[in-house]
Amino acid sequence: MTEIPLHYYLLLSAILFSIGVAGVLLRRNAIIVFMSIELMLNSVNLTLVAFSAFMGNSTGQVLVFFVMAVAAAEAAVGLAIVIALFRNKQTVNIDEMNILKW
Amino acid sequence: MVNGGMVNLTGYIVLLPLIGFLVNGIFGKKINSEKISGVIGSGVVGISFVLAGLIFYEMTGAPVEARSHVIPLFHWIAAGSFSVDAAYQVDQLSILMTLIITGVGFLIHVYSIGYMHGDSGFWRFFAYLNLFIFMMLNLVLASNFLLMFLGWEGVGLCSFLLIGFWHDRTFDTGGYAAGTATTADAAKKAFVVNRIGDFGFLVAMFMIFTFFGSLNFSEVFLRAPAMFQKGDTAVFWITLLLFLGATGKSAQIPLFVWLPDAMAGPTPVSALIHAATMVTAGVYMVARCSILYALAPATMTIVAVAGLATAVLAATIGLVQNDIKKVLAYSTVSQLGYMFLGLGVGGFAAGIFHVMTHAFFKALLFLGAGSVIHAMHEEQNIQNMGGLKSKLPVTAKTFTIAAFAIAGIPPLSGFFSKDEILWKAFSQGSVVYWVVGWITAGLTAFYMFRLVNLTFEGEERYPSSVHPHESPKLMTIPLIVLAVLSVGGGFLGIPESLGGGNAIEHWLQPVFERAEVYSAPVLEGSRSTEYLLMALSVAVAIAGIYYARTIYLRRPEKAAAIASSYRGIYKLLWNKYFVDEVYDASVVRPTMRISDKLLWKGVDAGLIDGIVNGSARLVSWLSSHLRKIQTGVAQSYALVFVIGILVILGILVLR
Repeated sequence: MTEIPLHYYLLLSAILFSIGVAGVLLRRNAIIVFMSIELMLNSVNLTLVAFSAFMGNSTGQVLVFFVMAVAAAEAAVGLAIVIALFRNKQTVNIDEMNILKW
Repeated sequence: MVNGGMVNLTGYIVLLPLIGFLVNGIFGKKINSEKISGVIGSGVVGISFVLAGLIFYEMTGAPVEARSHVIPLFHWIAAGSFSVDAAYQVDQLSILMTLIITGVGFLIHVYSIGYMHGDSGFWRFFAYLNLFIFMMLNLVLASNFLLMFLGWEGVGLCSFLLIGFWHDRTFDTGGYAAGTATTADAAKKAFVVNRIGDFGFLVAMFMIFTFFGSLNFSEVFLRAPAMFQKGDTAVFWITLLLFLGATGKSAQIPLFVWLPDAMAGPTPVSALIHAATMVTAGVYMVARCSILYALAPATMTIVAVAGLATAVLAATIGLVQNDIKKVLAYSTVSQLGYMFLGLGVGGFAAGIFHVMTHAFFKALLFLGAGSVIHAMHEEQNIQNMGGLKSKLPVTAKTFTIAAFAIAGIPPLSGFFSKDEILWKAFSQGSVVYWVVGWITAGLTAFYMFRLVNLTFEGEERYPSSVHPHESPKLMTIPLIVLAVLSVGGGFLGIPESLGGGNAIEHWLQPVFERAEVYSAPVLEGSRSTEYLLMALSVAVAIAGIYYARTIYLRRPEKAAAIASSYRGIYKLLWNKYFVDEVYDASVVRPTMRISDKLLWKGVDAGLIDGIVNGSARLVSWLSSHLRKIQTGVAQSYALVFVIGILVILGILVLR
């Protein structure tokens, strides 16, 4: 079985990351934006794991655990914010959430 | 303190009026008593007069070389090489001026208690008067130019405050533009015109400091002959600029226009400030700087000519004025012109002598006029008076004495002082000076007796509803005292040709001796000429009085006839040579227009405000655009992140 070369992983990771970025920038539903952020995080995780395997260094895999832990926490906080916003505005459309400016 | 004695009390002479000012100024309203305010106001000046008299007495007992003192008080300003002390110079000249100021000042203060009776600003009036005396004493007693300038500005301020004392009243400006202006306008005019003169004084002071590195009189005057050659340009400019200051304060051409308007103030103010004391400050200053003037013969000529021109111009205007105070105002301007004529030909002592006698009789004339105005219930037009002699006997008698004095009838004081000036003009100046001065003397006699005859003699021309009454004793006693002085004041200066000692000239001689070295020599063997000139000037004075009597008493219709047959000249005089109008058109209105269009709307509103408001507007314009970046939409911020990262990556990759 031939090994899958490293740049395949990296290319897939880049594509996933770009999809995530596009999702964050273009989608208007807060939940989808949130999911896109998760997609970006996980594409980075993929890169880390790929490098770790190819270089025989476990540091990258350790870091991925950290990222996952943070992402889980962030998911909890983020969803809580989305729910709080929904309660206030009866919508999760982020175009409606522009009160950051005066 | 220098050698003991009365002279050490000089500080108190000056300080007392200041105390009076503070007491009346701060507590006057609370005290709310005319008696207390009046007594304090007059009392402090009276005590100052007594102190000055004691110092004078001590000086007469001292040998000549021990008569001049400098009394240092404290270091006033010290900055690098520039150092000025607050110090008073007591010498023959300044003690004489001090005696005049406090003496005449005291009488006028007493008179004011009667004159200002019932005025709501009684205490304020006395506070200002005391402040004026304080400043005037600083002016004459100063031992350096800066302290003198303090007094100079101070009297200007008091003049301003007192002209506008009844700031809500209006007065008639007279002449062609016979509109009414408020006394505040007159005060403003006096202040602004004086500023022009003060500018000259200031620049001269800067020049003196540049040349001498000091502003002390003793140092400047001592070193002046070594510093300058006679006729140097520098000393010419210094003296000319000082003289510009003098023309402002002493109402000479070209800056005399404020004085007639200054008559809008209360009459005691006109007597004290605008006749007896402040307006002679210019004469005093020129006399004080006599050594500088002696080194600048060109300025001396200008002083003499300006004085002479002012004398004749003001005297001719005085011929046709109908306001009792206006006539006296122009007479003052004219007499000040005489004083400058005297100074200009090198007769410094003669000029100061005339300052003294003029202070007596002109103060008396003004106080008499005040008494008349008081009696006539604020009527000032002499055409509406007449026959007041029987109603106001004391005023009429004293006023007439003063009129004889100013007309130059011997042996009253005006004869001696005016004749001294005319003699100096003839012997040390030129015949032309004398002729013009002589004609002016005739005009003086004429307009003064026109005034006397229209006011006190002849028929009563006032409405029967007016019942004139003699003024109270508080007002008549100062009149009597001044009348005595007007009669006797001249005996201090009886010329040697008439067997007198000319005491005043000898008294002042040490002050002027260094300047007189440079003056033209007195004509030798000219005693008979002197007698002839004296006789001529008495003759012209008598002629003036005689014509005034003929025209205004015996044939009143003749005045109108003369006026109509010389219509052009009459109109010219009535309109005061249109000087005000010319100044208005050539200086005032252009200045206003430049201030309005260029300085205000152009520079101030356009440039300054433009820069200030413009920078604010630029910032707010920029931020109004910049703030659009701040959408508040998190996604657009994220987009900026992405673009930023791409740019950085692009740079890193392509490098």
